[in-house]
Amino acid sequence: MTITQSLFYFLAFVAIFSSLLVVTAKNPIHSVLYLILTFFTLTGEYILLNAQFIGIVNIIVYAGAIMVLFLFVIMLLNLNVESEPQKTNLMKFIGIITGGIGLVVLTAALKSTDPSNTVVIQEVDMGLVKNLGQVLFKEFLLPFEIVSILFLSAMVGAVLLARKETK
Amino acid sequence: MESLTNRKKVLEQKPMTFAERMYLPAILSGLTITLKHFFKKKATIRYPEVKREYSTNFRGIHSLKRDEEGRERCTACGLCALSCPAEAITMIAAERKPGEEGLYREEKYAATYEINMLRCIFCGFCEEACPKEAIYLDGDIPPASFDRENFVYGKDKLVEPIHKK
Amino acid sequence: MESALIIEKFLLITIVLVVSLVVAMYMTLVERRFAAFFQDRLGPNRAGPFGILQPLADGVKLFTKEEILPENANKLLFIMGPSLAMFTATISSAVIPWGRDLVFGDKVISLQVADINVGLLYIFGVVSLGVYGMMVGGWASNNKYSLLGTIRAASQSISYEIAMGMAIIALLMVTGTLSMRGIVDGQGSTLYGLKGTEGLGWNVFYQPVAFLIYLICMFAECNRTPFDLPECESELVAGYHTEHSSMKLGFYLFAEYINMFVSSAVISALFFGGYNFPGQEALANAGVASYWITLIGVGAFFCKIAFFLFFFVWVRWTIPRFRYDQLMRLGWNMLVPLAIANIGITGVVMYLTGHIN
Repeated sequence: MTITQSLFYFLAFVAIFSSLLVVTAKNPIHSVLYLILTFFTLTGEYILLNAQFIGIVNIIVYAGAIMVLFLFVIMLLNLNVESEPQKTNLMKFIGIITGGIGLVVLTAALKSTDPSNTVVIQEVDMGLVKNLGQVLFKEFLLPFEIVSILFLSAMVGAVLLARKETK
Repeated sequence: MESLTNRKKVLEQKPMTFAERMYLPAILSGLTITLKHFFKKKATIRYPEVKREYSTNFRGIHSLKRDEEGRERCTACGLCALSCPAEAITMIAAERKPGEEGLYREEKYAATYEINMLRCIFCGFCEEACPKEAIYLDGDIPPASFDRENFVYGKDKLVEPIHKK
Repeated sequence: MESALIIEKFLLITIVLVVSLVVAMYMTLVERRFAAFFQDRLGPNRAGPFGILQPLADGVKLFTKEEILPENANKLLFIMGPSLAMFTATISSAVIPWGRDLVFGDKVISLQVADINVGLLYIFGVVSLGVYGMMVGGWASNNKYSLLGTIRAASQSISYEIAMGMAIIALLMVTGTLSMRGIVDGQGSTLYGLKGTEGLGWNVFYQPVAFLIYLICMFAECNRTPFDLPECESELVAGYHTEHSSMKLGFYLFAEYINMFVSSAVISALFFGGYNFPGQEALANAGVASYWITLIGVGAFFCKIAFFLFFFVWVRWTIPRFRYDQLMRLGWNMLVPLAIANIGITGVVMYLTGHIN
């Protein structure tokens, strides 16, 4: 086993283990912290694929911003065992069905992938900023610009909402 | 209501100009002010090494004076203890034995003389009350200590050393 | 060769770590001394000549203080908070280029721990993780003041990261690379093509607005006055580290100073030319050995860092703390629109001057 392979297995193990802990942890704060750990392991996987940009952006966006907001909200909600309402049987039933559907979709997606094609990276430098930018700004220019305008409008909207009404 | 003197001035708050609303010039001028203070001569006196000069009528630790021939001036009359508003002074008088004329000027002298520096308020009344010019508050600030006993000053600390005059 | 590289990098990492720890240690003294100078006082000058042993005394004090674990605190997270703060503070120095390559004959030593392709984004990511130390530690101490400080820290850092990122985008448009070494090397040229300004082509002259925005956001990210709301004494006792005692408190304070050091290094590298200094071309032409130029460059870099560290202290004793709504308004209503406008203007100017087509 090469170093890369053993790193991959280690990261994959930690990722699966911590994402299981996300579901099973009693304390919601612990749950969020395990989710952050999962994101870190995913970043590690990205870096193993030489996709530095996506790896770092994963940290900045998910671990650095979105998870902070998650943590923020859960801290404010002050969830704990006493205040949590007991789940009824109907709720559990619905939960099982939705979870089952998710599992079916995931299994189907996994089955349709071609397991023999293990060498995914044809080009080593594919994940670097330069190549990513060229792909984004040449092949996927229109969707990229539409997404940027969406984000910009969301941000402008937030600023507008925050602005005090002045006569 | 009508003002009585008409000296009241109503200040008008003008809306801030753009330059003022940027706050940057104000911040810069603030920074220059603090920088000026950075290089200013400091007001601190490094106390134990450097001492500020006392004023001429400063009152510090008492000292019991001797006369020109080196004899203690104090005659243990008790006027200083009587005048002391803080009741910090105690003394025990004794009679001068023959042969001690070189030590004590008067026929009666203070065998023990104690000032409690924790009670003393350094008012200087003892100095004023003394008919023999024996006590003066011309010393330093009493040093700090961890024990109360150390603040009771006896003759060993109060009487002027003999070589001084 | 492989093991030689590992040893070289290991040495460099150790040196960088030790330097940043020592700088952080002495920043506590410098902060207190300079604070005193700004207030016409002298400050701590008793421990050793000029008080240079004061940080050691402080360290001994912090280590020997009583460890207090609040009864209802989440013990593990309570201890994890300061450790995380320290960890995130120290790892961000990995991508900072401290100097040019040292060349001794045919031996080339790189003065950068890792020249990764996305160095700037790495710093950005690590800085955004820095808030976890405060959040975890503050929440775990089960104290209302800590929780309030935590919430303030989180929302403040997220708000200012946006403006910071936007300011950086304008900078990246000029530099055209995300690698820290690339950005610094790009500033070694002349300023506006003028003769005799070699080594002065600093980004601050090309992107003054971005510099200003970045500077303000840097203060906010480091939780320094005027943005020290997460730990403001007058409202929140000590904010997120109210319950932390002994060396756990020391770690939080230490992390703050290391953050200051790293931020100063980053802003010097991004906007003030890093290890470039005016006159480096002339020295090279005069036949001075290249390692001397490298060493002078490292010295120049540390001078710039020292200036920004001084600036941190200087501003702290000049500008009072913001109110929370003012903080948010400055971040969202001033800095973000300004940064977007800066991006637009930069684009237009670059198009007109023919840098992009």
